[in-house]
Amino acid sequence: MTDRKIRIMVAKPGLDGHDRGARVLARAFRDAGFEVIYTGCHQSPEQIAAAAIQEDIDVVGLSCLSGAHRYLFPRIVELLKEQGADDITVIGGGIIPEQDFPLLYEAGIKAIFTPGAKLDAIVDWIRTNIVPRN
Amino acid sequence: MTKTSAEKEQLRKIRAGDVRTASRLIRNLEDGLPEAKSSIKHIFPHTGRAHVLGITGSPGAGKSTLVDALIASFRKKEKTVGVLAVDPTSPFTGGAILGDRIRMQRHAEDPGVFIRSLATRGALGGLAKAVGDAVHVMDVMGKEIIMVETVGTGQQEVEIINHSHTVIVVLVPGMGDEIQAIKAGIMEIADIFVINKADRDGTAQLISELTAMLNMVPEFPGGWQPPVIRIGNVFDTGPFGESLEELAAAIGDHHRRLVETGLLGDRMRRKAMVEIHEALRDAILEPILKDLMKSGEMADIAGRLLRKESDPYTLAEEVAHRYLK
Repeated sequence: MTDRKIRIMVAKPGLDGHDRGARVLARAFRDAGFEVIYTGCHQSPEQIAAAAIQEDIDVVGLSCLSGAHRYLFPRIVELLKEQGADDITVIGGGIIPEQDFPLLYEAGIKAIFTPGAKLDAIVDWIRTNIVPRN
Repeated sequence: MTKTSAEKEQLRKIRAGDVRTASRLIRNLEDGLPEAKSSIKHIFPHTGRAHVLGITGSPGAGKSTLVDALIASFRKKEKTVGVLAVDPTSPFTGGAILGDRIRMQRHAEDPGVFIRSLATRGALGGLAKAVGDAVHVMDVMGKEIIMVETVGTGQQEVEIINHSHTVIVVLVPGMGDEIQAIKAGIMEIADIFVINKADRDGTAQLISELTAMLNMVPEFPGGWQPPVIRIGNVFDTGPFGESLEELAAAIGDHHRRLVETGLLGDRMRRKAMVEIHEALRDAILEPILKDLMKSGEMADIAGRLLRKESDPYTLAEEVAHRYLK
């Protein structure tokens, strides 16, 4: 019996303790039938990359409301790449000004969701773009 | 059993402790991929070295926090650690929130620690179906201590005894009266009792109830009477650390006792029985079910049952008679 499940990690990098949004997302992903690993607040990029590999996830959703996304998001992509795990898709969200989008896309972030994004739209994006890996 | 070169490479990587390969194999086991089963055939001969601890107790009892503290304690003694943390799958959506890891994230970067979350995916008994094989994978990676944390359990989820050598039952004060302590089920499986959050009211009463319960046992296997260890407030680091070391020592004592008395062999045999049971179910029952579904016969059978033309036992006998000659 084969039942490939999407495994997603929701992570909050950096000095940011506002995790209501991340929890709402975790709950929405659960209701979409995904297995959600939530790692809590105040995570370093190194912790997030290590957990992503240990948990063998398909996609990591980063939430950042502190303004440090310009450093934190690309750093996580870089760390995953260094450890041969660049097949893990990295997406992000939070308070992210539009002018930063090009820099983040350039760094390998595959999608960015900002306040007002519908939960359904985020879930749909994952369903469309993430195939559980073999 | 010949190995393909990919399987040889996989075994080599797992034995070298490669986290990516190991975690992927665990995932394939969870997803029930046939090639994962084949991998287990190759790694199985290399298993059997780790000391496997089961940590169980009710939701919110503090299991994950205790596991986190135990990781730190074992790492101080330079032992490598694997953790399998199980959380429940939604019966409605099939999704799950795996949140035990939050308590253990300070160990994420330590290469001597491998933490993996699993969802129950419908398995009863407080564990996930893949736990038994995931323990084997971590064992072959060379993890010296493997901690299996169950879902928050009630009274009946005792599956953990089939997969661990030392069972730690975590209790908190204020959960019920003395009748709870003499009931069957989870209270019978402990090798070590931990009273967590022991700075709270009701601890003295819980200890006296547990002691009374243990005093009613005429004889303990291997002469091991489960110790009752109080663990206080995690934020009160001095006393917390001391009581934790007491627990770590009890874990070591229990393992020595298992080895000295030959009880370890009994526990391993128990796991072996469960494993062969599950493997037989996969080998015999699953193909029949799949076949019945595919041919559409399952729908016919269900229809006959609904219309009361037959009963479940007669139908099962018919199927069994046909497939198992």
